[in-house]
Amino acid sequence: MSVLRVEALDARHGLLKAVRGVSLRVSQGEILALVGANGAGKTTLLRAIAGAHKVWSGTIEFDGADVTNVPANKRTRAGIALVPEGRCLFSGMTVEENLLLAGRTGRKGPWNYKTVLEAFPMLSPIAQRKGGDLSGGQQQATAIGRALMTNPSLLLLDELSLGLSPVAVNAVYESLQTVIASGATIVLVEQDLSRVLRVSTRIACMLEGRIVLEGRTSDVTKEQITEAYFGLRRDAALEVGA
Amino acid sequence: MTALGAVSVRRWSTVSIIAVGGLVGILAILAFGPLFLGSYWTERITTLFIYIILAVMWNALAGYAGLVSVGQQAFFGLGAYVVIRLSNGGMPVYPAIALAPAIVAVLALVLSPLALRLRGGEFAIGMWVFAELAHLLVNLDGLINGETGTSLVAISAFAPDLRRANNYWFAFGAMTIFLALVFVLLRSRIGASVQAIRDNEEAAASVGVRVMATKRTIFVLAAAGCAAAGALTLSTLITFQPKTFFSVQWTAYMIFMTLVGGLGTFEGPIVGSVVFFIVESLLGASGVWYLIALGASALVFSLWVPRGIWGTLSARSGVQLMPIGYRLLFRK
Amino acid sequence: MIDQIVQGVLLGGYYALVACGLSFMYGVMRIINLAHGSLAVLSAFLVWYVTEQLGVSPFVALLIVVPIMAAGGWILQRTVLDRSLRSGPLTPLLSTFGIAIIIDNLLFERFGADSRSLAPDIGDLSYKSWSLPGGVTVGQLGLLTLATAVVLIVGLQLFLKYAPLGRAIRATAEDRDTAELMGINSRAVYAAAAAIALGTVAIAGAFLGMRATFAPYAGAAQLIFAFEAVVIGGTGSLWGTLLGAIALGVVQNLGAQLNPQGFLIAGHLLFFCVLAIRFFAAGRFSGGWLKALRRQPA
Repeated sequence: MSVLRVEALDARHGLLKAVRGVSLRVSQGEILALVGANGAGKTTLLRAIAGAHKVWSGTIEFDGADVTNVPANKRTRAGIALVPEGRCLFSGMTVEENLLLAGRTGRKGPWNYKTVLEAFPMLSPIAQRKGGDLSGGQQQATAIGRALMTNPSLLLLDELSLGLSPVAVNAVYESLQTVIASGATIVLVEQDLSRVLRVSTRIACMLEGRIVLEGRTSDVTKEQITEAYFGLRRDAALEVGA
Repeated sequence: MTALGAVSVRRWSTVSIIAVGGLVGILAILAFGPLFLGSYWTERITTLFIYIILAVMWNALAGYAGLVSVGQQAFFGLGAYVVIRLSNGGMPVYPAIALAPAIVAVLALVLSPLALRLRGGEFAIGMWVFAELAHLLVNLDGLINGETGTSLVAISAFAPDLRRANNYWFAFGAMTIFLALVFVLLRSRIGASVQAIRDNEEAAASVGVRVMATKRTIFVLAAAGCAAAGALTLSTLITFQPKTFFSVQWTAYMIFMTLVGGLGTFEGPIVGSVVFFIVESLLGASGVWYLIALGASALVFSLWVPRGIWGTLSARSGVQLMPIGYRLLFRK
Repeated sequence: MIDQIVQGVLLGGYYALVACGLSFMYGVMRIINLAHGSLAVLSAFLVWYVTEQLGVSPFVALLIVVPIMAAGGWILQRTVLDRSLRSGPLTPLLSTFGIAIIIDNLLFERFGADSRSLAPDIGDLSYKSWSLPGGVTVGQLGLLTLATAVVLIVGLQLFLKYAPLGRAIRATAEDRDTAELMGINSRAVYAAAAAIALGTVAIAGAFLGMRATFAPYAGAAQLIFAFEAVVIGGTGSLWGTLLGAIALGVVQNLGAQLNPQGFLIAGHLLFFCVLAIRFFAAGRFSGGWLKALRRQPA
C-alpha cells in the first residue's frame, strides 16, 4: 500500500529547475534512502513533499489524498513530518518547548513527550536548555524528536549527519533504530552512503533533478550507486529490481 | 562575441528619444508660463510644480532606496524656516529661497549617519520623531512666536504679479533641476546600485555596492528637494505657521502621489502628482472626506495596485519612456 | 524633583500600556503598525460611546470594547496585514499609514473636533491621590495605570511562555516556515497575535481617556510615544518596553521643568540619544539593556 505517490513532479528555484519530472512511490514501512550529490535536488524534493516548497507541476498523493496544493501545516496534521536540513530548531525556545510545540497536531500515535525522551535519552538532561545552546548532535536529536511529536505516518529526514561529529552521528542513528522498529515509513536523505545502505530498504539516486537509479537496497550494488551518483552512465534512469 | 552573436548595450530606444524630446518640449513651453497663463493658473501650476518635486523626492527615497519616511515634512518645514531666518537677517527673498535647500541638505548630511542606520518601520517613525522635534525647536525661536508663526514680510515688496511670476519661475527651475538630478542619478552607477539595494541590501553590499553612500546621496537629495518645496510653498503662502509646514499631511500627500503614480519608476511620481493636483482641485474643499479618500487610496493601491497607474501601464505595454534602464541587443 | 520623577514613572505606566501592543505586534510579525495610535484613540472613543450610551463606568465598557477591538485586530490581520506581509517590506507601512488617515478622519467626521474625556465617568478616581513624605503625590489613577501595565505585561509574558498558543506565537515569530512544518497554522497565529495586540490597545485607549483628554487627531502623538518607549527600552522585550516607557515619562517630566515645550523635546532627545548609543557605543558592551539595544530588528 502506497503511503506516498509522487507523479512527474517539477519544482523550481526561481527559473532554475531543481526537481525534474520526479516520480516515486513509498510504501508503508519502507525506509527509502535518497542519495545524490549536492544540488541534485534532494532537499527541494523533500521540502516539496512536506509542503515547504511550491510545486511547479506534477502531483503529490499522500494516503490516497491529493496534497499538491495543501499548505504545510495541514500536511503535518495529515501525517507528513519533515526534519529540515540544518535542523531549524527554534533557538529561543528550550528543548522541551520545541518538543511540546509540535505535539499539538492532535494526531494519535506512540509518540509523546515521555516516549520521545525515552527514545533519545541524551535529551533528558538538557530539556531546559535553549535550542541555540545545543551541540549539533543534540540539535539533531531534538529535531527528530520534534518531528516525532507530530506522530507522523511519513517521516522525512534531510541530511541527518550534516555538520555532526562521527560520534554524534552514531548516536543519532542508534536512536533512529527505535523509530524504525516502531514501524515508521521514512524517506532519508543522506550523504553517508555506507550508513544509508545499512539502514534503508529501498534506495533512489538523484542527479540534476532527476531520479537516475531506483531499487531495493539488497538488489543494488555500491558500484551502480556510485555510477548513478556521479552520472557516469548518462543513459535514461536505471531501474533495478521490482 | 558570444554564442548568440554580437551583443550591444543600448540605453536609448526610439520611444525614449521621442519621450525625452517631448518632455523637453513641454518644459520649454512651460518656461514661458506666466506670460500666457492668467494669475490664477500661474499660481495653480506653481503648486503643481511643488507637488511634482515632493512626489519625485519621496519616490527617490522609497522607490529607489527602499526608505519609507513618514517625516519628510521635517525638511519641508525647515526649508521654509531657513528662508524666514535668512530673510529676517537681511538676505533678499529669492536668493534665500535658492540657498535654503542647500543649507537643509547639509543638515540632512549631518543627520544621515544616525538616520540611515535605521531600517524599515524604525526609519519611518524615526523620521517622524525628527519632524516633531524640528517643529518643537522651531517653535522655540522667538521670531516664530510658537504656533502663531510669522510671515515672509520681505516678499510683499514685490508687486503681486511679479511675485507670482517669480514664484512660478523658481518653482519651475527647482522642479527641472531636481528632475534632472534624479534622471542623472538613475542613469549613473548609483542608479544601478539603488535597484540592487532595493532588491536585496546584503547581496548588494557583498558585490561591492556602496550601500551607505548611495542611501546617503538619495537621503540628502530628498531632503534638499523637500526643503525647496517648503521654501517655494512659503513664497506662495507668505505666512509661516509651523503647524502647517511641519504637518504629517505633506507626507500623506507624497505617499498618495507616489503610490497612485507608480513607486519606483521615474514617470510614476509625475503622473501621481498630476492626478493629485486634479483631485485636489476638484475635491479639496470637501475637507474630511477628501482626506479619507486619500487614505483609502493609499491603502488600496499599496495592496492591490502596488505598481501604481504608470507602473501597471508600463509593465503591461513594456513601454519605458525614460532611458534609465539598459537594453541588450543581440545581433545575429 | 523626586515628585517629578514619581510623576514620570506613573506617566510611564500609561506609555507602557500604549506601547505593549505595538511591541508585541512588532515582535511577532515584524510589522510596525502606523495605525496603532489612531486605534488607541478609536478605542477611547468607543469606550466613551459605550459609557455614555449604557451609563456604565469605563471599566465595564471595556468588557465590551476589548472584544470588539480584538475582533477588529483579527480582521485587520486577515484582510490587510496578511496581504501586506506578502507584498514586500514597504507595504505594511504604507497600508497601515492609509488606515491611520482613514480612522483619524472618520473619527473627526463622526465626533467633531471637540476633545473628550472619560474623567467625569470615573468619579474621584481621576483626582484622588496619596500624599507621601517629601512632597510626593501619587495619583490613584496613575498608580492604577502603572499597575495595569505591569499586570498586562506579566500576563503576556506568562502567556507566551506557558500557553500552547503562546508557544506557537513565539515559534512563528522566530521562524514562520518551520513553524508551519510543525503543524502550526501561521496565518491563524498572526491573526491571534493581532487580536491580542488590539485588545491591549483597547485598554490603553480607555486609560488615555481617563487620564487626559482625547480628540480625533491625537493618534499620531500616541504612536510616537509608544514607538519611543519601544526603542528606548530595546526592541524585542516587553519588559524593555516597560522600562523604556518609564524612562520616557521621567525624562519628559524633568524636561518640562525647564520649559513648557521641554516636555516633548526632552522625550525626543532621549530617543535620539538612545539610538546614537545603540549604533555607536553599544557594540563595546555585552550586557543587559545595551545588549537589548543592539538587537537590530530585521
